[in-house]
Amino acid sequence: MTKADAVTTTGSRATRILAALAALGVVWLVLLGLVFSPADQTQGELVRLMYVHVPSAWLAYLSFSLTAVGSAFVLWKKSQWWDLVAASAAEIGVLFCGLALLTGMIWGRPTWGTYWEWGDARLVSTLVLFLVFVGYLAIRRIPADPTVRANRSAIVALIGVVNIPLVHFSVKWWRTLHQEATVLSTDFDPKLDDLMLFTLFFSVVVFTLVFAWLLVHRFRIAWLEDQVDMHSLGIALDERRREAELVGGGS
Amino acid sequence: MVDTSLFGQARLVAGKDLRVEWRSRVGMAQVVPFAVLVLVIFAFALDGNRQTLQQLTAGLYWIAVLFSAVMLVQRAFAVEADPGVREALRLSGLQPAAVFAGKATAIALQLVVLEVLLAIGVVVFFTAELDGWGLLAATGLVAPVGIASAGTLYGVLTAGLRVKETLLPLLLLPVLAPVLIGATRAMGAALGDVAVDGWSWFNFLAIFALVYVALGLVAFGPLMEES
Amino acid sequence: MVTEPIVALRGVVALLGRFPALSGVDLSVRPGEIVLVQGPNGAGKTTLLRLCAGLLPVERGTVVVDGHDVATDRRGVRRSVGYLGHESGLYDDLTVRDNVHFWSKAVGASAADADQAMARLGLDGRLADVAGARLSAGQRRRTALAILLARRPRVWLLDEPHGTLDESARDILDSIVQRAAAGGAAVLVASHDLDRAVALSHRQVVLAGGHVVGASGEPPVEATLEVVDG
Repeated sequence: MTKADAVTTTGSRATRILAALAALGVVWLVLLGLVFSPADQTQGELVRLMYVHVPSAWLAYLSFSLTAVGSAFVLWKKSQWWDLVAASAAEIGVLFCGLALLTGMIWGRPTWGTYWEWGDARLVSTLVLFLVFVGYLAIRRIPADPTVRANRSAIVALIGVVNIPLVHFSVKWWRTLHQEATVLSTDFDPKLDDLMLFTLFFSVVVFTLVFAWLLVHRFRIAWLEDQVDMHSLGIALDERRREAELVGGGS
Repeated sequence: MVDTSLFGQARLVAGKDLRVEWRSRVGMAQVVPFAVLVLVIFAFALDGNRQTLQQLTAGLYWIAVLFSAVMLVQRAFAVEADPGVREALRLSGLQPAAVFAGKATAIALQLVVLEVLLAIGVVVFFTAELDGWGLLAATGLVAPVGIASAGTLYGVLTAGLRVKETLLPLLLLPVLAPVLIGATRAMGAALGDVAVDGWSWFNFLAIFALVYVALGLVAFGPLMEES
Repeated sequence: MVTEPIVALRGVVALLGRFPALSGVDLSVRPGEIVLVQGPNGAGKTTLLRLCAGLLPVERGTVVVDGHDVATDRRGVRRSVGYLGHESGLYDDLTVRDNVHFWSKAVGASAADADQAMARLGLDGRLADVAGARLSAGQRRRTALAILLARRPRVWLLDEPHGTLDESARDILDSIVQRAAAGGAAVLVASHDLDRAVALSHRQVVLAGGHVVGASGEPPVEATLEVVDG
């Protein structure tokens, strides 16, 4: 417990440097995305949404992949460490997946004429993925022994990942066998000039830095939470022994 | 000696679960009326419009099946909610894969019965005209396998949790989305409502079932160990 | 008669959370032996039995039961042991007969074994068709015992077996256990009903604070007896 007692922050020199870089990057990204980069010929100002939408979607997939990898390690190596990584990544993933869906909808309204398009398999399967990981976070919130919780949530995460292709193909078939894929051709790929391409690339880098920073802190918090849990369990056990010594025997 | 192979043990577990249902009749007395109620509620929501109901028959039918399936899964694990029973199950020497197969089989069989009753329901309430019997029967048999397998997997995950009633649908329904799509398409094709190749959807449902049977056989061990 | 132990614990450490419930326990039980595990609350009695049933992970040391290592072959261990815990583990909706048949067939016992065991515990009469939910605590215990008997385990793990049973059922329990031991089974009993349990057992092990502090057929050392009796 000594180590946990001493901790008063989840920061360190490395995370502070990371935070500074990420913050600087965000400022630059705002300037690049909103001021320096030009509007698109066909999509106009709308194209700027791309600098949030694309990196958010990237982070969502990155996080969920990390959760899946971590979950595999939990089951394979019985690793407590990977369990906390998986949990932290999932939380960040749900956040950015939500952001990607939201920006997608905002973009869809003026472009497709609707907030939502059921014909887009990627959109629909991302929504299902989002819901699966909301469930993952829900099951993690339930108090349980750390190893029990780790195994249980690892399996939920892996089933969720196995499920993605099934959802993807069913949605794709569902619509393409049903009606002509009209809107699908208007996908999210405007003609990009060099600065736009750079801004897009830069946005992915900056978001990844933010992700790394969030992940480190979330992981350390998760670790500390477990220490606190363990500590209270220890107190309960000590108390039980003390009572037994006082009373003696008993049932 | 009694058969201790995977198959024999699975049959023992399935028999036990069906016997529990036979003695308690919770499925008969609660889940079946609920399923019919769902159909009735749809009719209310859609203004009792015969044409709309007929058009949407396949979708509404499978939603009713799905909701009832959630209840059946909950019931299947409620009988094992007692910590003593769960521990006894771990100590029983039964292979986890057999427990999975047995429980999933019992749920699937109950679902098939429910499907027949619901089919009568849509004929009566929605004036549906059943047709394409081969495809209809094939879909009605393979979809429950997938639903029951996924349901059993999530059922054991949430068994023993205080929030299982609310958590199970949240976890299970997104995963069953492909079954809903596939079964609705296949049934729509069988009834002639939509011009799609129903058998390719049947194949899709079969793949879904295979994936979840395999997942269940593998993953049930660690899950049973800790629940 | 010197035979190889059927239950062997070597330097066993078991944790509840992060805190040791057992710290360095050595214990061997030979076939035919009835060993009483005694000690105050929180001493690790239940932990010890659950460990032998493969219900808890072994942190350090080894636990081998009937040739199966608990760490690697839990299922093998569980097919060898019969564990009677605080809970009876009966299905509320099934009758006594259904319950006994299901749980004993799970390890390959026959229907005849199950019926015989029920008769031995006096469950073959009208009680056989009563649903689990309607049973009293003592009747549940008897049903659990019948299941144990029908399963014919090589190692019996009994946690407070005399609790909730009436005197006549306790006598039946004792005779069942003695006969099982005579047939070569090993029995580990954790009990507070010391008079009865000491009479039943061949030797005693005293646990306190996760350690073995007293052992063998002679009465436990005085200091521990005080703690035990309170």
